[in-house]
Amino acid sequence: MKVRVISADHAVAYAAKIARTEVIPSFPITPQTLIVEQLAEFISNGELDADFIPADSEHSVMSIAIGASAGGVRVFTATSSQGLALMHEMLYCVPQNRLPIVMANVNRSLGAASGIWVEYNDSMAERDSGWLQLYVEDNQEALDATLMAFRLAEDRRVLLPVMICLDGFILSHTVEKVELPEQEEMDNFLPKYDPLNILDPADPKVINPIIPPEYAMEMRYQLDRAIEHSREVIVEVEKEFAKAFGRSYGGLIDTYRMEDAKFAMLTLGTATGLARRTVDEMRAEGKKAGLIKLRFMRPFPFKELCEATKDLKSLGVFDRSVSFNGGGPVHTEVAASLCNVPVTVTGHIAGIGGRDITPRHMRDMYDLVEKATKGEDVRKVTWHGLRGDME
Amino acid sequence: MSTIKDMPRNDPFTSGHGACAGCGMAVAVKNIMRILGENTTVYVPASCLIVISAMYPTTNFRTPYLYTAFENTGAVITGIRAAQRRRGLSSTVVGLAGDGGTFDIGLQALSGAAERNEDVLYVCLDNEGYMNTGIQRSGATPFGAWTTTSPVGNVVKGKREFKKDLMAIIAAHDPPYAASLSIAHFNDFVKKVEKAKNKKGFRFLHVMTPCVPGWRSDPSMTVEISRLAVETGMWTLFEIEEGSSRTTYRPQTMLPVTDYLKLQGRFRHMENDDIAKLQDWLCRKWYIHYGHEAEQPVCAVFEKRKPMRTPQEEQLHFI
Repeated sequence: MKVRVISADHAVAYAAKIARTEVIPSFPITPQTLIVEQLAEFISNGELDADFIPADSEHSVMSIAIGASAGGVRVFTATSSQGLALMHEMLYCVPQNRLPIVMANVNRSLGAASGIWVEYNDSMAERDSGWLQLYVEDNQEALDATLMAFRLAEDRRVLLPVMICLDGFILSHTVEKVELPEQEEMDNFLPKYDPLNILDPADPKVINPIIPPEYAMEMRYQLDRAIEHSREVIVEVEKEFAKAFGRSYGGLIDTYRMEDAKFAMLTLGTATGLARRTVDEMRAEGKKAGLIKLRFMRPFPFKELCEATKDLKSLGVFDRSVSFNGGGPVHTEVAASLCNVPVTVTGHIAGIGGRDITPRHMRDMYDLVEKATKGEDVRKVTWHGLRGDME
Repeated sequence: MSTIKDMPRNDPFTSGHGACAGCGMAVAVKNIMRILGENTTVYVPASCLIVISAMYPTTNFRTPYLYTAFENTGAVITGIRAAQRRRGLSSTVVGLAGDGGTFDIGLQALSGAAERNEDVLYVCLDNEGYMNTGIQRSGATPFGAWTTTSPVGNVVKGKREFKKDLMAIIAAHDPPYAASLSIAHFNDFVKKVEKAKNKKGFRFLHVMTPCVPGWRSDPSMTVEISRLAVETGMWTLFEIEEGSSRTTYRPQTMLPVTDYLKLQGRFRHMENDDIAKLQDWLCRKWYIHYGHEAEQPVCAVFEKRKPMRTPQEEQLHFI
């Protein structure tokens, strides 16, 4: 193990390297590009034996990834925003064919009102595609989640693609102290990839034929169940990872000071650090604040959330994306999953288009959630940090 | 293997598929697969071919076979080849795409694969339209042809644009091998497929595959139409090898384009002005392909004819 001060993009690239990725199709897009640049460098320096394929588009990137994964090798790629949107069509092809592709998506807003800054509307738009999807908080978690993603994706009980989502610029281009595992440690953690169904003339198979209505529904159901069953593997992989590397992230969700909390925020991504700080601040004032960190958006942590919120009076849900006129996607999903728990759920949209989320914004969210515990009327969805009078 | 007599007897593309009677694409694929053999991995994008050959739970391919989407043949075969090379497999990776999937929606991925000189074989099965979705015009549809999106109306009659010169685009990538094929010139067909199979790097085959419902033609005339396409200049047979182009068959004289048009309902509405335009275009093309070999490029004179019923008015037995 060595310690370096690096960006999350470089941490992710390092993870893909020590996972001994074999094929890396790539296309540049800010703020992801550092990942594929770093991987290209590893390969040209002879530090990684992989095929780096510079594709003509992200659509082709995912198509090459599918061809290579169906061909039986370990595949990694990375993208952002418009690139992920261009892949949209091909993303759906991956889970249904049970191809364990690992991809990092460096979150960035989707145009129009175009920009290159963080927003989750790129990856949230893909949450129905069948990919396992997780969000990370810092550079170390970006690295560790990528390492675990390979093990999770390739587990025979799972065989599903994994998308690691990390905040553009806040993580991708910001350096932090990161503990880098050695190749040998990773080799002990991640076995050599042993694919199940591949394109091999010695054992010819058709992969992804046309599926008539007589069969398609069952196949979709099987995929839904496979994602459900990945929950236990996630917990198992976390344990194994903790054993091997001494770090752990709590599984599908993580909690902070929730033991006797009366109200809490649910956050994902980098805003979690700020929320933790706000909890400490409110606790010092004698207020019973808590925090739930959503790690996996898919599989969605229904049970875990019900358990974590059962003693709460009020829960606020943070969203860094909007389903226009439908609130935030995390908010609607959390609200739908808590139907048997008598807790008031409110939505809090912030950091849109890369707007900074300040301590004031986070405190405002917590204050509103606290208000709701006293039965005061709080708006269902509040946008925090809007400039000027927008009403 | 150099002639039809040497063809292997076992079919990786077996009978029992769902193609129409007289389908030029089925003839082409069956014979390409015979020559490529069973040590082949096939990718098929959205097209008639996927529908006729891999409807779960059946298939008529005896090779590994993948399908995903419409526009990504060049990309998917790149990925398959990379994986198989890493796994130490020597199989020929072939993409069997239609003209829509090659000329139009798949052009970018095709260009990417050709530019990277991927070690794959790309076959364009050109039936000059989006036939699987019910006969729409593509960049490969010839001038004047009726399709459902280039209909014969009172004002506009059939497609107004000429066929895209795809082989010129391929040639601009300077691939190790590219060739145009006809199912009516079988020995030429066999030689070219075999050459493509044995070369390394990016290889491209362009095959004309008449489509009975789309061309409004008689199922028994598929090969004859393919032959007349070459004799009239609507199709040319040549190959590009390491940068130099060579004609592999040159008709003795250029037949008038009407000999080709009259066998197909899709051209039945064409009036003399449009036929003259198409004939002029063909004469220019003829000169480009064969001019340096002929003393004087001959331009066929066509017989003027009366307008006929439109394809929409035809009651065709196969619809």
